[in-house]
Amino acid sequence: MPEALLSLAGVNTHIGQYHILHGVDLNVPQSGLTMLLGRNGAGKTTALRTVMGLWRASAGSIRLGDNEIHQRATPDIARLGIAYVPENMGIFAGLTVRENLLLAAREHVMDEKRLAWIFELFPAMKKFWNGLAGNLSGGQKQMLAISRAVIERRKLMLIDEPTKGLAPAIITAMIEAFKELKRDSTLLVVEQNFHFARSLGDYVAVMDSGRIVYAGRMAELAADESLQQRLLGLSLDSHQ
Amino acid sequence: MSGGALPAARRDWLPVLLVPALALLALPFIPSLPTWVTLTVAGLAMGMMIFIMASGLTLVFGLMDVMNFAHGAFISIGAYAAVSVLIPMKAMMQADSLATNLTAIAPAILAAMAVGGLLGWFFERVLIRPVYGDHLKQILVTMGGLIVAEQAIHVVWGPDIIPVPRPVSVGGAFTFGDIAVEKYRVLAVVVGLGVFATMALVLNRTRLGLLIRAGVENPEMVESLGYRIRRLFIGVFVAGSALAGLGGAMWAMYQETVFAGMGMQLMVLIFIVIIIGGMGSVTGCFIGALLVGLVANYTGFIAPKLALGSNILLMVLVLLWRPRGLYAIGKS
Ligand SMILES: Nc1ncnc2c1ncn2[C@@H]1O[C@H](COP(=O)(O)OP(=O)(O)O)[C@@H](O)[C@H]1O
Ligand SMILES: [Mg+2]
Repeated sequence: MPEALLSLAGVNTHIGQYHILHGVDLNVPQSGLTMLLGRNGAGKTTALRTVMGLWRASAGSIRLGDNEIHQRATPDIARLGIAYVPENMGIFAGLTVRENLLLAAREHVMDEKRLAWIFELFPAMKKFWNGLAGNLSGGQKQMLAISRAVIERRKLMLIDEPTKGLAPAIITAMIEAFKELKRDSTLLVVEQNFHFARSLGDYVAVMDSGRIVYAGRMAELAADESLQQRLLGLSLDSHQ
Repeated sequence: MSGGALPAARRDWLPVLLVPALALLALPFIPSLPTWVTLTVAGLAMGMMIFIMASGLTLVFGLMDVMNFAHGAFISIGAYAAVSVLIPMKAMMQADSLATNLTAIAPAILAAMAVGGLLGWFFERVLIRPVYGDHLKQILVTMGGLIVAEQAIHVVWGPDIIPVPRPVSVGGAFTFGDIAVEKYRVLAVVVGLGVFATMALVLNRTRLGLLIRAGVENPEMVESLGYRIRRLFIGVFVAGSALAGLGGAMWAMYQETVFAGMGMQLMVLIFIVIIIGGMGSVTGCFIGALLVGLVANYTGFIAPKLALGSNILLMVLVLLWRPRGLYAIGKS
């Protein structure tokens, strides 16, 4: 596998008195898309939040390229070139689509080329440019959250369940959009939709009970039904 | 959602209409028009001063989810700071010249804002920073801070109520036939409108304002976009404390007295205002303050015993209509 852009080693995270991550070892290879799978409550969201510094790891190491980021504050981690799309999308409902994107452009100006690219990926962003983000539909909110992540080129994007609650037609459109995003940046995506995961993933890691229990190439997992059955309790094909 | 562009940031005007509606509702209960005008202007003036005191607190709550009862200390110590400047300049306050009055008022107001702001900065560092994320501790610690501040006032300025000279040029009233409008109340309304307009301008037209609005909705996401929300928060906290000092000084000149418990007394109304407005909303805070000011003055005239109760009733009615306040911020 290519060299890791992001690597977690022995990461432990506590939330209050609960011990949630029990020594997570995870490598996200440079370029391409790594899918993070696992049942509900396995600790996927906690892992992403720990990388962002939104939860503080109590032990272990988190490296982005040459930087140890484990003890850093969230804004500093973001400034190293990580974009985060949380499970609830985290859009600012009281701000317009334009204002949401403007905030994500750190130099206070949006790159025209990237904006044109975003409008091509998600035409709704152009249509509702001056509308309040809170008035968008669920799918459009997700598109806005992702647009906000890509308004600048990032080294790494962390995206938590981008298809959650979306209609099948919109998921199909999302798959096309993600194929474009993969060309632009390295992605770590948490996903429950196995069709989505298999269509896009280059690499895969599976979590259970706060640990990584499998890591490899998506193609290998996709080809091995018994492995899927064992890791995920179902096969990828059964969930199209 | 169907096609067609969404209207740009559709405004919700209903809460704004509550203010004239309330004024008209009171009209039949008040025997004469001049009295009604006097009470309405007094209510608006009181509302504006409460808004000035409350506006920072609502943003602080929205940005960092901090319950700060010690805000009352910024109000009373700000007021005392102004008084300390005003009393030695009493002669200038009593001169019948606006310019001479202003040479006394301007440094007094600046002192109130500086002391309010500095105290805010100190409280944030010492009291509030250690208790982030824990409402119960925040209430205990900031309440404690308020009580200590009140005791400190006793020590520095003595336990007695201190009379405050009101500048001559804004004493007296404008008269229109039977109707008399106190000049100081007009001044309070003008300053209040000025503060509101400035805040609206900063919040809606600047990048700093954009960050604050986003931070009030979802501070974690603002951090995830690479902004240090702590700095933003300290800035808002200090500015809000300075405004509390300004409001305290204006209130002192309005009441023509200061006493150590004034901050604590005002905090009750301020919390009602913030809850009515929707925690974190400056516009809601503005309208809530005007409603509270009007209700306090109307009921103070019609049924004086019900004055505080009527504001609690107002809060209950607003919350029955909009459970999260007039303008709920979409916390996520
Ligand atoms: N804020 C929290 N407080 C306490 N426990 C939490 C909190 N967030 C998540 N957990 C627990 O941590 C575990 C992992 O949660 P999460 O990372 O959200 O899982 P996933 O994203 O894989 O569904 C779950 O058992 C969940 O109940
Ligand atoms: Mg999750």
